[in-house]
Amino acid sequence: MLVGFISFLNTGPFALFRWEALFKDLPVFMKSFGYTIVLSIGAILLAFIIGLLFGIVSQAKNPVTRGLVRIYVEFFQNTPLLIQVFFVYYGLPLVGVVMPVYLIGIICVGLYHGAYISEVVRSGIGSIPRGQLEAAMSQGFTYWKAMGYVVLPQAWRVMLPPLTNQAVNLIKNTSVIAIISGADIMFTANSWSSVNLHYIPAFAFAAILYFILCFPLASVARKLEEKNKKLYSK
Amino acid sequence: MDTIGQIFTFNNMRFILEGLGLTLYISAVAILLSMIFGTVLAIFRNMEKGPLKLLATIYIEVVRNVPNLLWIFVIFLVFRLKSTPAGIVSFTVFTTAALAEIIRGGLNSVGTGQIEAATSQGFNQIQVMRYIILPQAFRSMLPAIMSQFVTVIKDTSFLWSVLALQELLGKANILMGRYTATSQVFALYGIVAIVYFIVNFTISQYARRLSKKWSKAY
Repeated sequence: MLVGFISFLNTGPFALFRWEALFKDLPVFMKSFGYTIVLSIGAILLAFIIGLLFGIVSQAKNPVTRGLVRIYVEFFQNTPLLIQVFFVYYGLPLVGVVMPVYLIGIICVGLYHGAYISEVVRSGIGSIPRGQLEAAMSQGFTYWKAMGYVVLPQAWRVMLPPLTNQAVNLIKNTSVIAIISGADIMFTANSWSSVNLHYIPAFAFAAILYFILCFPLASVARKLEEKNKKLYSK
Repeated sequence: MDTIGQIFTFNNMRFILEGLGLTLYISAVAILLSMIFGTVLAIFRNMEKGPLKLLATIYIEVVRNVPNLLWIFVIFLVFRLKSTPAGIVSFTVFTTAALAEIIRGGLNSVGTGQIEAATSQGFNQIQVMRYIILPQAFRSMLPAIMSQFVTVIKDTSFLWSVLALQELLGKANILMGRYTATSQVFALYGIVAIVYFIVNFTISQYARRLSKKWSKAY
């Protein structure tokens, strides 16, 4: 048994020397960690701006803008992110539009999750009785000011848990950039281990890095959800 | 002369639809398996305490907070499965964790008063689960399960890039090797996007209709 354990540590996919190699190349992984973080922050900012703007517009009266937002939301929610990424990465250069990979990541992931966030904002606004908006507008607020000062501050509490969940999904989805060779965590784990075949340490470490980013956010989202549930069931 | 018209042959369309077939096959099998495993994990995690609760919690949290794409790499590279089983297994691994949380939310949505009432009428635990909790929980979670199904269908598009599995996006990429003119490449992206859209939009509209109908019933 002891012999078996020692040989397990010396050879095989879990062998210790594979982990040593990982720690030697730790800076490479840390750099990719930073890449994923920067990419996520950029995409989150874009997604939130789009989501807030389109979410508010989709509750407005104008049927044309509402229709346009609807088309945007349905298109992005019902087609794979990877097609959008491929189209921008392989398709657009054919007509002369060439962008760096990190920018493609921010734009595609941002647009994709912007559609989801716009739905969160729309239903958040919908949860506030319409009378509030009308009362504010009767007091001379414009539509946008009534949203900003009266409706959104109240809707915020309903919106926060699903927004946090969207941020988690967004961080996970930035990994598609690995498929078009963006130097993120996933790409680094894959390319580093395809050279030296240390798959297990590479992907285990990549999983840990993603977990560090996503788990705290997901836990916060759950806590907020439970708090809201208690608040409203009182 | 390379024109868009060259793409619209019977053979090419059949080729693309075969890809759709594989996409739907993998997604459907993965979601069915995930519903079974997810229900088990949800019940485990709902326990008061014990090693099963701990195991279920760890599985759900670890798998859910790591990208789906990573599980595809892991299943393919570490476990060396063939491409179709690897696709099904990797999506089952990930979707089980996502569905477990949806199912748990559904189970917890049934009031404890009903469980107590049923128990007082002599129902045992399994009967309570079968006749009281599951039918009601199923209604509250079906829309979320269906939108998870849409997510799985969309995410199976990763499989071409990792496993060279010829699902819908894979078929389009293969055709792009043959039809390289700009207009043809754009048309192929358009066709595949529309096919995904039709399938997913139908499912998500149906889920929306169901949840509206059921929310009225209560």
